[in-house]
Amino acid sequence: MRKFFNALHLDPWLLLGLLVLMSVGLVTIYSAGGQDIGLIQRQITRLGIALFGMFILAQVSPSFYRRISTYAFILGVAMLLAVLFFGEASKGAQRWLDLQVVRFQPSEIMKLAVPMMVAWYISKFDLPPKTKHIAIGFLLVCLPTVLIAKQPDLGTSLLIASSGIFALFLAGMRWRLILYVGILLGSFLPVMWFFLMEDYQKQRVLTFLTPESDPLGAGYHIIQSKIAIGSGGLQGKGWLQGTQSQLEFLPERHTDFIFAVFSEEFGLIGVLLLLILYLAIVARGLYIAIRAQDAYSKLLAGSITLTFFVYVFVNIGMVSGMLPVVGVPLPLISYGGTSMVTLLAGFGIIMSISTQKRLLSR
Amino acid sequence: MPIKKQTIRDHTAEANLVTRRAFFAFLGVLVILAAMISNLYVLQIEKHDAFQTRSNTNRIKVVPVAPNRGLIYDRNGIILAENRPVFSLELIPEETADIEETLTQLQDLLAISDDEIKRFQRERKRQRRFKPVTVKSQLNEQDVAIFSANKHRFPGVSVEARLSRYYPYKELLTHALGYVAKINKKDLQKLEEAGQEENYAATFDIGKLGVERFHEDLLHGKVGYQQVEVNSASRIIRVLDVDPPTPGQDIILNIDVRLHEKAAELLGEQRGTIVISDTQTGGLLTLYSNPSYDPNLFVHGISSKNYSALLNSSSRPLINRATQGQYPPASTVKPLLGLLGLEQNIVTVDDEIRDGGRYRLPNVNHVWRDWKKWGHGKVNLTKAIEVSCDTYYYDLAYRTGIDKISSYMMEFGFGDFTGIDLFEESDANMPSRGWKRARFNEPWYIGDTIPVGIGQSFWTATPVQLAQAQNALINFGTRHIPQLIRGKRIGNQDIIDEPKTLRPIDIKNKTHWETVLDAMYGVVNREHGTAFRAFRSAPYVSAGKTGTAQLFSVAQDEKYDADKVADHLKDNAMYVGFAPYKAPRISIVVVLENAGGGSSNAAPIARKMMDYFFELYPLPEEHVYSEEEKEAVLEFTKE
Repeated sequence: MRKFFNALHLDPWLLLGLLVLMSVGLVTIYSAGGQDIGLIQRQITRLGIALFGMFILAQVSPSFYRRISTYAFILGVAMLLAVLFFGEASKGAQRWLDLQVVRFQPSEIMKLAVPMMVAWYISKFDLPPKTKHIAIGFLLVCLPTVLIAKQPDLGTSLLIASSGIFALFLAGMRWRLILYVGILLGSFLPVMWFFLMEDYQKQRVLTFLTPESDPLGAGYHIIQSKIAIGSGGLQGKGWLQGTQSQLEFLPERHTDFIFAVFSEEFGLIGVLLLLILYLAIVARGLYIAIRAQDAYSKLLAGSITLTFFVYVFVNIGMVSGMLPVVGVPLPLISYGGTSMVTLLAGFGIIMSISTQKRLLSR
Repeated sequence: MPIKKQTIRDHTAEANLVTRRAFFAFLGVLVILAAMISNLYVLQIEKHDAFQTRSNTNRIKVVPVAPNRGLIYDRNGIILAENRPVFSLELIPEETADIEETLTQLQDLLAISDDEIKRFQRERKRQRRFKPVTVKSQLNEQDVAIFSANKHRFPGVSVEARLSRYYPYKELLTHALGYVAKINKKDLQKLEEAGQEENYAATFDIGKLGVERFHEDLLHGKVGYQQVEVNSASRIIRVLDVDPPTPGQDIILNIDVRLHEKAAELLGEQRGTIVISDTQTGGLLTLYSNPSYDPNLFVHGISSKNYSALLNSSSRPLINRATQGQYPPASTVKPLLGLLGLEQNIVTVDDEIRDGGRYRLPNVNHVWRDWKKWGHGKVNLTKAIEVSCDTYYYDLAYRTGIDKISSYMMEFGFGDFTGIDLFEESDANMPSRGWKRARFNEPWYIGDTIPVGIGQSFWTATPVQLAQAQNALINFGTRHIPQLIRGKRIGNQDIIDEPKTLRPIDIKNKTHWETVLDAMYGVVNREHGTAFRAFRSAPYVSAGKTGTAQLFSVAQDEKYDADKVADHLKDNAMYVGFAPYKAPRISIVVVLENAGGGSSNAAPIARKMMDYFFELYPLPEEHVYSEEEKEAVLEFTKE
């Protein structure tokens, strides 16, 4: 059995976790989408494509990823610049690049290219990295982060920034430096507020702080979402029985706010099981990182895994009122194709790291 | 170079470092997870009840349900007011993407007038976005079919059905039945004052006129409630619980709709009214006022054009002539005045006067003329009623005086509301000294009293008052309140109300009353009687009194010439009567505006109404007279 999965370059435990998660996602989307079977079919198609992509990426050796890291990063930044100048606007944000054949968001590439680039750069030198290398690493993170924040896409820029920072953290960035950077970032917040954030983004933060001040307007999403979660109670209202979602009080039910549907229908018990599932995937990802052969692989696998957890935290935090509303989907549960493909591509790389080891090392 | 560097790297130390860091990261993940779980614990366990409540208030609404309005039947169980489903086209602004475009397309599909569009736009501004607004009310079946076939093209637009009042006899019963119409601000205010607004929370229409208005409390019923689950657009998804409304009471009227049909046919274009009442109960079998109008126009909101046409019509169709028409009673009250004379010992049956066609008071220059230029010769009380001698009554009034006339006539109900179950009633006027002082700040002159003897001079009465007074006479002083409502219908059972009686009139001597009634018999059945010709060869024996009310004062020494007088100043023709004479069942009042003489115009119509009544309700054998028997009676009374 083990041999079979190794031959396919798949990690069985990780695969099992992902498949269970996806099934939970389909079940929840069915309820949230008003029992629209067409919605499920489209989502299954996407899952199939994404799983296939994961399988392909798992076949490629980690050393190949290390070699293409720089090119992927440069290509990604170039495309981000292209988006800035020639990109297609949709819903007030400029995120898409139309290459005639395919239309895609270059920021998705950066979700993998940034950790690859930082891992590659840091692993060139001895660990723990010197302050100089850390500084350069930060610059590598900042460039795409700012470009994406400009689109504007706060959620993605946040994910990309954390993926780079996780690589630096895992590489052994000194605690004292982490403290300094934390203070620096903290003092940077007012600058962001006054110079970088758009009005609608500021509004979201204000709404997060006082959602009840405008219950029918800006606060509506978060209030309805908290009502859904809270009314779910311990055991939940049962599948297809969530009144907040079935009666359409909850906005964006099958996409960003699907966690509210899940908690309403399956209660705290369901939520705990879901979080355990996520935790298991994170644990497996970190285990693979620890067991990886070289520094590059360790940093990359660990960074992708932790970024996956950031998705979970930001989404659930937002839906349950802990964090401001940021457009981040609940990974592998929310309806939608783009994030699904990127996430599974990341797990493809992790599986490659997990299964492709050169016999001679050290 | 890189190879060289790699050789001196401490891979184990690096691996340990990353492992340590991964461990820290995992710890961080656990800490964050714990924070998330505690937050969710607070939401789902600690604050669960509060959120559960908010979730329920989101989805559960209690909506009032209107009771079905009680139906109205005539005395024979024929339905006069019913509830019919009406369909209206409604649009929810929130669910309609392009309202203007939708309206244009709807206009292409159905006949929707620009007026209706305007009304819609006005209504839309007042409503919240997720509430339906009526585009077109009263869709016909074809419209409903056409729209249903095209429904998919119009998201947010739907056909809604509700029950609405319908009056199948249209203008035939309007003044009695009245109508319902949409509750307006004033109605709401009244309902609030009466503490009824909750009971009307779901009700659309309220009685505005006639029986519908007077018996609103009976007909409306009690509001019900249903607990419903709604979605975020406030659309009802399902009903959770129902507390059903109590439907309004079905009621039966005394009206016989066939008599109304006959009355309308007989009156035709003639302005006037016919009132037929049951002498035993005061129940009104006919309360018809002509011209009338279709009450259904008002139910769905009458157009301002139609309304001003009704309001400004010179024939004043909105007036209920039977209860609001204030007519000089003229000679129809002579029997009552005669009774007064007898009861108060002012005249005796045998007292005679000589009528030369003119009446004068000592030392007064004014001359009061009899309707018959050369007078009636020797006249006693009976003959004075039969031939309707004016002079006799000028003298009687003069000798009685206004005070006694006034107070005695008030006992018969003149100058007061009859208490009929209609709010549209006038108390008309029974003149008195006090009244004249209050009204004109003038003393009462002797000259004012003389024409009171022939039911003129400030004296006005409504036809219902005349009916009530005549019934009191027929019943020897027993008085009833005229009623349109006859009873309630519960299931298949009719529960008939007890007649409502008033304080009876004191009788001094019963033969006085019999004398007067006999004189009324003579009006119809003796050859010189003013209604003799009109009732010749009727298969029943009736009694009555004609009246011709002057609306135009003829100057002294001038002759009234109908051709020269403007239409609206021509005499009112009147007739009061009852039948059968021996055991009265119905009494009738006919008033024809500006139609001329009562004997030649009103009496024939009363005759036809009575004929028809006895066709519908045949008399028992002993009251039906053959021609020979009637001749014999005639012979006998001539002596």
